[in-house]
Formats: sequence, C-alpha cells, structure tokens
Amino acid sequence: MSGPADYVFYAAAAMTVGAAILVAILPNILYAAVALLFSFAGVAGLYVLLSADFLAATQVLVYVGGILVLLLFAVFLSNRIADAKITNPTHFRLPAAAICLVLFGVLSYVAVSTPFAVKKGVYLPSTADIGELLMTRYLLPFEVASVLLLAALIGAALLSRPDRGAPEKGDMEEGKG
Amino acid sequence: MTLDKLLIIAAALFCCGLYTVMTRRNAVAVLMGVELILNATNINFVAFSFFLSRVMGGQIFAVFVIVLAAAEAAVALAIFLRMFSTTGTVEVDTADQLKG
Repeated sequence: MSGPADYVFYAAAAMTVGAAILVAILPNILYAAVALLFSFAGVAGLYVLLSADFLAATQVLVYVGGILVLLLFAVFLSNRIADAKITNPTHFRLPAAAICLVLFGVLSYVAVSTPFAVKKGVYLPSTADIGELLMTRYLLPFEVASVLLLAALIGAALLSRPDRGAPEKGDMEEGKG
Repeated sequence: MTLDKLLIIAAALFCCGLYTVMTRRNAVAVLMGVELILNATNINFVAFSFFLSRVMGGQIFAVFVIVLAAAEAAVALAIFLRMFSTTGTVEVDTADQLKG
C-alpha cells in the first residue's frame, strides 16, 4: 500500500490519537465526549484500511450512534444543568502522566522491536465471512452474547427505574394478607 | 501502513484511556477512558488478524468486544443514574459507603 491510501492512514491515525489525547486532557466533560466521537470515527477509518468493512460500519453504528449518545445522556442526567458548570475535576495528574508515558514507551518499543512474521494483507469483503462464522464456528459465543445483552437490558431497566417507595410496600403487604 | 505503526497507534490510544481512567473523578469520564481502552484492543485484534493470519478470528473477537462495550455502557449508565439519585453526584471518590 502506498500513495493516497497512506495519506488516509496518517489522517485517520492523527484524528484517532489527537482526539484521544483531547479526551484525556479537556477539562469540560462535554467537549471530551465530542472528542471521543472523533476518536471513534478515526478508529472506523483504520478498520476500513484494515479490510474490516463490517467492523467499520458496526463501529459507526454502535459506538458513534449508540454508546456516545448513552454517554451524553449520562453527562446531562448526572449533572445539575442549572448549575451551568459541567466540570470534570482531575487528580493525580503527574504520576498518571508518568506511568502512561513509560507504558507507551515500553509498548512502542516492543511493537517496533518484535519480529512479526508479517504477511501481505489482502483486501476482501468481510461481512459474508463474519456472518457465516457467527452461525457456525462461533455460534456458542454468539448465543452467549445474546443472553448477556438480554441480561444487561433487564438489569439496566431494573436499576434505572425510580425508587420503590412506601406505597408499593403497602401493596405487597396487602397481597400477602 | 505497517503492523508496528498500528500497534503504536493502539498503544497511544490505550495510554490516553488509562490516563483518563486514572485522573478523572467523574464516573462518566472514567467510562469514556474504558471505551478508549477497548478501542485500542480492537485495533490490535484487527491489525493482527489482517497482517498475521488469513482467518477472520480477530474481527469476530472485535465484534464481541463491541457487544460487551455496548452492554457495559448501558448498565454503567443505569448505575450512574442510581448513584446520582442516591448521593447527588457521580464522582467516584464519593462512592465509599462500603469502605471498611
């Protein structure tokens, strides 16, 4: 791969990493959420370049369309909007930055110095293959994932419903009697 | 585009996510950091699958990671709302009622 695809790769990489750094350092949590959107979009671009077209579409649909909207909901519902101050206090900045920089150095060194047996990547449509594998070889994880999603759905609905107050308790006692 | 460049990008994403998790006190921001970390691992899965193997295992695993991230975000949001209605804040430091 060379030429225009390389420029696209560097653009997607810069968008992903730059937006991720903004997520880490922006003090306003709303701005951080918007930066996270750009980071997710950049990752989708990297998936396209890695011949993962289905995954790129899933990334846009689930992350940008679903998870980010959920996060924005959480931001809006968990801050008193009347305060007009959606701040995001931080702590332990210096030790955390030191740990992360050292870790990044180690990971990069390992990535560069390890001799991987790299083959030439081929570009093939992946959606049909993923669908077939999900229905054959990976059927059990697929079903377990569906049960997990159902459990998460019920759990989230149960957790987020309003407080069960005194009237409901009274009802239950009536039912007992 | 080479494998080590992609691994470095994923490492940068992971470290940004780790920094976010370590420094932020707002639970929603901590969740954002976790999502960044999950994205970094997904990039690694897909990159290794593209450069080192001919089977789709990496992409399938990435699909399952996305499913888990979605479920986690939904449950986390429900917990944050419950925490907000109980304590009036979603700062992780304040959730210490179970501390011995």
